[in-house]
Amino acid sequence: MYIVKRFMTMILTIWVIASLTFFIMNMIPGDPFASDADVLPKEVVENMRAKYNLDEPVPVQYVLYLKNLVMLDLGPSIKSESRTVNDIIASGFPASATLGIQAIIVALFFGLLLGIVAALNHNKLLDNAAMIFAIIGISVPSFILSPLLINIFAVKFGILPVASWGTWQHSVLPTLALATTPLAVVARYMRSSMLEVMNQNYIKTADAKGLSTFKIVLSHGVRNAILPVVSFIGPLFVSLITGTFVIEKIFAVPGIGKYFVDSIFNRDYPVIMGTTVFFSTILVVTLFLIDISYRFIDPRIKLTSKGD
Amino acid sequence: MNHLLEVNNLEINFKTYGGEVKAVRDVSFHVDKGEVVAIVGESGSGKSVTVQSIMGLIPTPPGVIKGGSIKFQGKELLRASKREMRKVKGSKIGMIFQDPMTSLNPTMIVGKQIAEGLITHQKLSKQEAKKKAIEMIKQVGIPNPEERYNQFPHEFSGGMRQRVMIAIALACNPELLIADEPTTALDVTIQAQVLELMKKLQKDTQTAIILITHDLGVVAETAQRVMVMYGGIMVESATVFDLFENPKHPYTWGLLNSIPNLEGTEKKQLIPIEGSPPDLFSPPKGCPFAPRCKYAMDICLEEMPGDYQIDESHSARCWLNDSRAPKVEMPFTLEKEKTVTVGGESID
Repeated sequence: MYIVKRFMTMILTIWVIASLTFFIMNMIPGDPFASDADVLPKEVVENMRAKYNLDEPVPVQYVLYLKNLVMLDLGPSIKSESRTVNDIIASGFPASATLGIQAIIVALFFGLLLGIVAALNHNKLLDNAAMIFAIIGISVPSFILSPLLINIFAVKFGILPVASWGTWQHSVLPTLALATTPLAVVARYMRSSMLEVMNQNYIKTADAKGLSTFKIVLSHGVRNAILPVVSFIGPLFVSLITGTFVIEKIFAVPGIGKYFVDSIFNRDYPVIMGTTVFFSTILVVTLFLIDISYRFIDPRIKLTSKGD
Repeated sequence: MNHLLEVNNLEINFKTYGGEVKAVRDVSFHVDKGEVVAIVGESGSGKSVTVQSIMGLIPTPPGVIKGGSIKFQGKELLRASKREMRKVKGSKIGMIFQDPMTSLNPTMIVGKQIAEGLITHQKLSKQEAKKKAIEMIKQVGIPNPEERYNQFPHEFSGGMRQRVMIAIALACNPELLIADEPTTALDVTIQAQVLELMKKLQKDTQTAIILITHDLGVVAETAQRVMVMYGGIMVESATVFDLFENPKHPYTWGLLNSIPNLEGTEKKQLIPIEGSPPDLFSPPKGCPFAPRCKYAMDICLEEMPGDYQIDESHSARCWLNDSRAPKVEMPFTLEKEKTVTVGGESID
């Protein structure tokens, strides 16, 4: 029952996002053929507009668009005629997703570790060092970090390739650049959450049982401390997996971020719509999975819809 | 004679931003095998800190163990390594905490929380530990133990959770059980049940118990000896019988006098102890109770009284017990209505 209700809400959410994007997009001045209009004869431009249904009134376009969306057809790209939006996503998404998943694994693993170590050494040297690292990680933007990484690992030591995509070596630097900020954020979340948990009475109980510190931290501390971090993972996951334009640009990764940004400059309506709807679908699905995972992390949480 | 637990001249401070708090000052006591010893005193008197230090549960910093010794079965615990302490904690000494609502891990099934200690100390396999844990759940009087094994703490009531805590503490058959206000957070009927259970298990297993409580009724019903703490020092120590019959410290008098009278027909006002506990940042030079004491003499404010031995098992830290002091008797007698029972006999 919960899952059914939740599924309906997800569909509704995606519809609202799609509609909002559609109307906001139509309010931006200009259209895909604005630059062609100066060069080409009027009739040609009008023909082109007709091909993409741009001559119809906006409400009609909207209905047509929704119809296609239901069929999972995101339409053709206006700028690169030979490709559909589905093609663009299919070609760009794998690279973005690989990079994103690698980055989130790195960010979570090292972020949690750093947070736990910092919390256990509260106000000691390790804690301070970890938090200084975290603050640097949060405040240094990726477009500064990326060239730095390239300079050190690729130019000075020459152990990793500079740019492009293909082997795993190519993905190391962009993964690092992408993971640093979320890693630092996760570390700070985990530290404060862990500090709170380690002061709870049940930790004292565990200590009084004569368990080793390792066991206390692992089986009594972490699982309780991780909940606030999990709620942060959802949006983080989506932003990493759908590619960040800056990182993909600097490291020449053939990801989806480039199309997203270019499509807005080009007023490539179907691509804007397609990528947005695609992103929001991933977001909504991830949030749903996160909510389900709460149930397994904290048994006190029951998944029920209101009134059940 | 060798005591099971022997605490001598224990001194514990806490470093805070406001300065160092002297939480426990020169506390000495012992517990023998199979004995139930109660520690009473108001909040902040140092009871919990004293017993937590036995288990090495005082966080350092901010806590500082200034001096003294804690010997358990002849072994010094204050100088024991972490590894050695872990062998004692949970295995030879079990502990029950005050608040059962927060003392269990909310994300772990209770059965596992009981089994954990067994796996660690008795090297049982998971299956054996599970069997023993179910047995423990049954022993503490929780119905449907197999089913309860797999439930989470939030599925238990407060009283049931405290029973689980008792099961955890007793799982490895400890020689000593420390119960830090085990019934304070429970409502009265449940209190009685939990105490009854502890008494029964104590009889069955001959585990020695240190029972911390605010409730003199509980003391009378369960303990053989009592220690009264005030302002970080132990002001009086006696058998339960002596404490109710022949208390020697004005603070104990005040405590006894303030027991509410529930059985009398006429309404009477509660008789509190006037004043408030001492500031432990800078405890008074003399007796910490002197500022509130009706019988305080000049010396009480100047110098800490020694521990006056009244008889073999009874001592009090009060100048009134000095041979030079004026003779002062307890200013009231425990009324008939305030009858408390000690081990089945009633004391008037």
